[in-house]
Amino acid sequence: MYEFLNELLGNQILAMLLTAAVPLVFILLFTLFAVWLERKVSAHMQDRLGPMRVGWHGSLQLIADFLKILQKEAPVSLEADKPLYNFAPVLVFAGSFAAFAAIPFSSKLIGSEIELGLFYILAVSSFMVIGILMAGWSSNNKYSLLGAMRSAAQIVSYEIPTALVVLGMIMLTGTLSLTKISEMQTSSFWNWYILGGPGLSLSKFLLIPFMIIGFIIIYISTLAEVNRTPFDIPEAESELVAGYFTEYPGIKYAMFMLTEYANMFAVSAIVSILFFGGYQSPVGYLGNMLGIHWMIPFEQAFWFISKGLFFVFVQIWLRWTLPRLRVDQLMALCWKYLIPYAFLNLIIIGIISLL
Amino acid sequence: MTLYDIIFYLFALITIGSAMLVVTTKNIVHAAFALLLTFFGVAGIYVLLAADFLAIVQIMVYVGGILVLIIFGVMLTNKITSVEIKTGTLNVLTASIVIGVFMGLVVSIMVWTGWYSMPAPIPATTAYGLGETLISDYALIFELLAMLLLIALVGAASIARREKESL
Repeated sequence: MYEFLNELLGNQILAMLLTAAVPLVFILLFTLFAVWLERKVSAHMQDRLGPMRVGWHGSLQLIADFLKILQKEAPVSLEADKPLYNFAPVLVFAGSFAAFAAIPFSSKLIGSEIELGLFYILAVSSFMVIGILMAGWSSNNKYSLLGAMRSAAQIVSYEIPTALVVLGMIMLTGTLSLTKISEMQTSSFWNWYILGGPGLSLSKFLLIPFMIIGFIIIYISTLAEVNRTPFDIPEAESELVAGYFTEYPGIKYAMFMLTEYANMFAVSAIVSILFFGGYQSPVGYLGNMLGIHWMIPFEQAFWFISKGLFFVFVQIWLRWTLPRLRVDQLMALCWKYLIPYAFLNLIIIGIISLL
Repeated sequence: MTLYDIIFYLFALITIGSAMLVVTTKNIVHAAFALLLTFFGVAGIYVLLAADFLAIVQIMVYVGGILVLIIFGVMLTNKITSVEIKTGTLNVLTASIVIGVFMGLVVSIMVWTGWYSMPAPIPATTAYGLGETLISDYALIFELLAMLLLIALVGAASIARREKESL
């Protein structure tokens, strides 16, 4: 992506800015769509219609909401710590946006093909923890502080099962590059890691149940990392108003919302890259069949975004189905169930991959 | 001045500026948060030195682990005990002597060491080389560190458990 733009424009800085702008535009459009989807899905699950007035089935509702939120006044409470208060939304968004630098949308559309993509994404999520703590502390409000504390504890704890499952996948694939992991699962859904990965051997069939366990563990723990129900205790609206962003109005609130939805897509993308082939098509490419090779990257982007959206839909579905966990239940689930099972899974995957 | 120079000076400015802020600010929470930018700047410089693995470990360990711990500690002591913790300047003379000696030492090492430099290809990643070195040449140290971390983990769990029983 960057090399292509660099050749086209002949200017490194311009090419870098354009490469960075692609995921930004994607996040903005995706958030508009996902918030609408969330409202429609929740409405239909509760036997309502949801937004219906603006556009077809309320499809332009979010644009109206966005314009409204842009015009709002942004008062800062007197007791707030102003520099930190203003910096926190930017930091939180930067943390989630940084992850998009290494996510391959297709074989051509990727910000940076770094070899350590997976490790990098795990690492930059820590900026978000700091940003959330900053937002909660600088608001000078007990709900914000409690929400930030809960959120940080939750993200730090649930990073462990995520990292353990990712470690198993690294042992199996032998690489940390998201592009290489995607390339391994090419040509058919039979090669996806949820079905044991490429090749046809005994170990492939032995791996299938443990891959499914790994997928369930990483899905639950990433759900907790992005603070979605049933793990939304940091912003539990019935106890903490809105958690760490209680004090934020207008455009700063919008940045927290943007971050939440960007994160939802980012973790869905990681799950789909690790287990569901990433940008690879499940059945083969139309571009190969017709002999039009420039079409393949576009098809890959289509499959990647479809898989991402499917997992986002499942997240929304779970949010409106399950009740919220208590703090102690949340920690018990992480430390007493997910981490031991993740360790066991890791050891078994290691033994099978040695076979 | 190439693009890499500009980026290097940008990261150097971030590192030094935020480090100055850490030392000079009166508010201890601001100091803790300014440390974030220092760690980030150092990670950026590691990336420019083609030490990609080290850069990511820097972010993961320092920002994701140690800084979160520091901020938790500072936030809890600053807000909940309602004691104003302020940093101040004390023992100026002793501090400047020690810092002067230390700085002279560092600068003299920098100047007098016969640095051996040669053009080398920038590797795509340092992860494979580091991994091999860790499990071959430094295998014993690696295993001992793992034992140390395990002992720390068991210790933390036992402290947490004892408090719970006494309640």
